[in-house]
Amino acid sequence: MSAATENLRLALLGAPNCGKSSLFNALTGGKAKVANYPGVTVEYRKGQFALPDGQLVELLDLPGVYGDCGHSMDERVALDAVRGDLEGERAPDAIVFMMDASHINTHLHNVLQAKNHGLPIILVLNMMDMAARDGITIDLPELEREIGIPVVSCVAVRASGRASLLDYLGEWGGDVSFGSAKKPSREEGDLKALQAKARSITRNAVSRVQKTETFSQRIDNWVLHPVLGVLILFLILFVMFQAVYTWSGPAMDFIEAGIGALQSGVGAVLPDGLVKSLIADGMIAGVGAVLVFLPQIIILFAFILLLEASGYMARAAFLVDTLMAKVGLNGRAFIPLLSSFACAIPGVMSARTIEQERDRLTTILIAPLMTCAARWPVYFLIIGAFIPSGKVGPLSQQGLVAFGLILVGIVFALIMAAIFKRTLTRGESSGLLIELPSYKMPVFKDYLTGLWDRGMIFVNRAGRIILPASVVIWFLASFPTHATETAQTWAGKLGGVIEPLLRPIGFNLEIAISLIPAMAAREVAVSSLATIYSIAEDDADAKLSTLISSQWSLPTALAFLAWFVFAPQCLSTFAIIRKETNSWKWPLFAFGYLFVLAYAAAGLTFHTANAFGL
Amino acid sequence: MTLRLTDLAKDELALITGFDQLDSDLCTRLREIGFAEGDNVTPLHFGLFGKNPISVRVNGALIALRRQDAKAIMVQRPNSESVK
Repeated sequence: MSAATENLRLALLGAPNCGKSSLFNALTGGKAKVANYPGVTVEYRKGQFALPDGQLVELLDLPGVYGDCGHSMDERVALDAVRGDLEGERAPDAIVFMMDASHINTHLHNVLQAKNHGLPIILVLNMMDMAARDGITIDLPELEREIGIPVVSCVAVRASGRASLLDYLGEWGGDVSFGSAKKPSREEGDLKALQAKARSITRNAVSRVQKTETFSQRIDNWVLHPVLGVLILFLILFVMFQAVYTWSGPAMDFIEAGIGALQSGVGAVLPDGLVKSLIADGMIAGVGAVLVFLPQIIILFAFILLLEASGYMARAAFLVDTLMAKVGLNGRAFIPLLSSFACAIPGVMSARTIEQERDRLTTILIAPLMTCAARWPVYFLIIGAFIPSGKVGPLSQQGLVAFGLILVGIVFALIMAAIFKRTLTRGESSGLLIELPSYKMPVFKDYLTGLWDRGMIFVNRAGRIILPASVVIWFLASFPTHATETAQTWAGKLGGVIEPLLRPIGFNLEIAISLIPAMAAREVAVSSLATIYSIAEDDADAKLSTLISSQWSLPTALAFLAWFVFAPQCLSTFAIIRKETNSWKWPLFAFGYLFVLAYAAAGLTFHTANAFGL
Repeated sequence: MTLRLTDLAKDELALITGFDQLDSDLCTRLREIGFAEGDNVTPLHFGLFGKNPISVRVNGALIALRRQDAKAIMVQRPNSESVK
């Protein structure tokens, strides 16, 4: 089938949450080519592994798919990949269809549908250990006979559980390469007929001891309780944001001390002059100002990943669906919106799981209102500088303010969604139809890999975007060299152009300057401020937060925070909106409405704070 | 009398008898995710407002859906079989 020079190519197909990604990670060692933003499997991933006989296999990890209709964009991506309709991709040589063994009764008709792709196919029953625990026994030879394709059992997360699958693939893979693997027979009949056939197969091949209540059900009695469940969700989010503040202190002090030592080390080695200033004030101050927030970012992701991997995320979608329905949104929108707390880009991309096109658009438009990781450095800086670190009862005061800012973002997202749904994206919304997976203990290695990946994205941004931006800002803020104050430098002149526009909402020249490069990434606002103040101040050791708390008024700081709740910045977000909506109209619209909201909110905050004499 | 999934009380067991054919796309999606004639269903959890959405156990899987979609699923109480 495949040319001898090309590796065997297998596609992993199956319903969401059946363990495709775990198997993929285990086989390929997690080394995959993905889109830049890992998260929910919205793009397919490609990886390689070697069979026992040394044959190399290329594996495609596809988005979860139930049938063969392709209701949502990500389902269509999966189906296109299998059919070879994906641009620039060769069709796979064969399909590895995965299924959660505990749910074989519900999903078996999906594999009958998949036989009609006409490619050699095997069925892998994953999580056989869990199925056994739930009292399910599966007669594999009987199943194989009835479906007419090979069936292999598997526990994807354990090496011993993958052994028989690997052995099988070794043999079968050879057959597929030589084109001698058996192609499945076509399944005739509509979905109803296939379901009837699947049900009769499972009646013969699967037996189930009725257990009173499984572990997942006992937890769900609490977690999905109409009142308690909502309280638990709120509590989880609250603890998450408190932890971000209270746990990160020591690690942040450590990084700060390291950056300070580096700066004074450079100061001691290099002679005074432009080179020293470029390295100490430009590069180290700029990048350091952002890197110091790494511990907080890691803690935030530690929570989000745990919620995703444990199976709680779908429950959260269930709990907030009533609220989402009120603003005319799909309950599924919760998952892209929650991803947007990390970064709006994977959020906008994972809106592909939303079937209704209008709902997808609404979700994309409000995704930038979620507090993304790039906004955290700004919040951390201003909150650290202006909000006392005391406690209200047992709670960190700074954590409370951060939680408040996040809530404001969410509330405005809901309001805007309600407005959009009544105007621009009017129409009936599609329902929530999701499977709530059984609770799972996250695979420790996958979890750490995920955490590491996201931490590295943050660090890489510091290198790729913030370092060059800091150098540019240093350059603009240092010349001409005879300038005695910021306003006389090139940066000052540039900022001076937009400052009149921003003065009515309480922003000073330094803020105006920092907002320009922040278009590249929101956190660049922080690194730019660090560079500008580093050059202007003789005291190189002074911390940025100490400097701004002595130079900004409280109303200005609060206005700056309010601006960043909406933050009409981040060109990459607008670029991905343009890509996902395939038009310039929507990114421009998103920028426009965010700018108006940011301006109004900052102005309102500034004048209210002044009126109260803060 | 036709009974719909939304008519069932919490923890009440019933048998799926068919689908409302008004919206064939919805019907396909319900089938694909795992609802079929002859399956046992039990509503397990209800949302806070208007008992919406609901989560139901079908064949050991737990599926969440909105009431308006759940209405398309026709059911029958197990004891009514003997009456028929």
